[in-house]
Amino acid sequence: MSTLSERILKGEADSFVDVMVDKVMAHDGSGLQALTAFHEMEAEDIPYPERISIIYDHIIPANNSITADLQAELRKFSVEKNLNFYDIGEGVCHQVMSEGRVMPGEIVVGADSHTCTMGAFGAFATGVGASDMASIWVTGGTWLKVPETINIRLEGKLPKFSEPKDVALRYVSMLGADGATYKAIEFTGDNDLKMEGRLTISNMAIEAGAKAGLFYADDVTCSYLKKYGKDAVPQKVEDCHYIREETIELDDVEPVLAIPHRVDTIRPVSDLEGTHLDQVFVGTCTNGRYEDLKRFADVVKGKRVKVRTIVVPASRTVLLKAMETGVLKDIVESGAVIGTPGCGPCLGAHQGVLGEGEVGLSTANRNFKNRMGVGAEYYLSSPTTAAFSALKGEITSPKELP
Amino acid sequence: MKGMVVKVGDDIDTDLIIAGRYLRTKDKSLWAEHAFEDLDPKISSRLKGSIIVAGKNFGCGSSREQAAIALKEAGVVAVVATSFARIFFRNAINRGIPLFEILDPIDCSDGDDMTVSLEGSYVEADGIRYDSLRLSDRMMEIINAGGIIELRRGNK
Repeated sequence: MSTLSERILKGEADSFVDVMVDKVMAHDGSGLQALTAFHEMEAEDIPYPERISIIYDHIIPANNSITADLQAELRKFSVEKNLNFYDIGEGVCHQVMSEGRVMPGEIVVGADSHTCTMGAFGAFATGVGASDMASIWVTGGTWLKVPETINIRLEGKLPKFSEPKDVALRYVSMLGADGATYKAIEFTGDNDLKMEGRLTISNMAIEAGAKAGLFYADDVTCSYLKKYGKDAVPQKVEDCHYIREETIELDDVEPVLAIPHRVDTIRPVSDLEGTHLDQVFVGTCTNGRYEDLKRFADVVKGKRVKVRTIVVPASRTVLLKAMETGVLKDIVESGAVIGTPGCGPCLGAHQGVLGEGEVGLSTANRNFKNRMGVGAEYYLSSPTTAAFSALKGEITSPKELP
Repeated sequence: MKGMVVKVGDDIDTDLIIAGRYLRTKDKSLWAEHAFEDLDPKISSRLKGSIIVAGKNFGCGSSREQAAIALKEAGVVAVVATSFARIFFRNAINRGIPLFEILDPIDCSDGDDMTVSLEGSYVEADGIRYDSLRLSDRMMEIINAGGIIELRRGNK
């Protein structure tokens, strides 16, 4: 009996396999590096252009003419080579891929560490660097070491105000920043997590060092994909060998924060109540989905935020839905600023970088020192905690509003 | 191969190796110049001919290959660590940077002489030899070619 990774990669844990990659993805940052490597390889042909997506999300719209020139080069290449090209504003690469472009059982390789997000569909999805990406463009395949697997059972139902992000922070803290290095994580258990929540949980597998973070495709997965016109089949869970097994009782999960500057160091939100904030940021491949914006909007609706607040929808589809349902109006009326669908300030390059000594709260996945502003401090939380905190301008536990 | 030790700590992420604000360029020398800037701005001047000696989880976080390129461009000879994050691990091999994963931290200081051997799978400091994880044949093939770019070019 095999783990899901072993079944998809068709090899036993610790063996090396050569695989063809079903979905190949790069963005404006890594894609350009891959293009440079592609030229350095003196390559010309791309045998499987239909499998490759180039999605502009990192620095969009371009922040200066140097960036613009670089982006123009990759844009031209993508069009010439008939790659699936998504220009500025379509969204964060992982969100765009999650909108009906990845199927259970596929092998997905992206030139971005958070490619593990697609494991939520029961795909084997992992991140690589630019040279590996270029090599896949040239050959259509790559080598992988089949990982050993850690099983995390998620049992029960989250209490009100606790969210999939709190679960993600909990398991990263449980494993540690390198606790799953070279390994896959399989999330199983009897729970009511929706696709959106699973994406948040798979997204953060890399923060424990994992190669992949997988959920088995089930009826939830299939009905989600059906909305995008895709017919998927559930994956059967087999008895298999895990190198470590953990259980998280969802009913016991409380709202938490990752504190500066480590993703794996968490505290209950209530412990840090009252910490002054200079900025709140809601968005990214972790928490920029419609459901995240909706939960944020439900809290701030009819009120004013007390701190500068930036909300970046994860994709055009998310933005459109938020417009149609009035979620966007609630957010804008609360005093928050809306950014172009994409990564926003997460990578520390534009659209809300913090100044020295400033303190931010973010729904992103990383709070590394200096990442979102040199000399700044960042806490990570769920969108609901971010909403309550934005209303007070300080870290605030979610609770019933009067 | 020999080099002078530059010590760094645990969980050095790729943002610390090269910050996001320097990524949008093709000028590799810029990455070398700003390597480790947010960790310690004085490190980059000591990288030429150096062997980086790190703790656990070196290169975690972002998949940016600029981190590996920065070290290569700066003249880093090898990286020794008790563990590497896997994307950085691949990137470094793909860029032809020898990596040495060792079991326990090595007792050494900045500026010490260190010898490393890929063929022998060891690191030597102050006359003591430490075993390092043997790289797979596949990785050795890439390193020996000078990196995956050279390997692919050679295959044409």
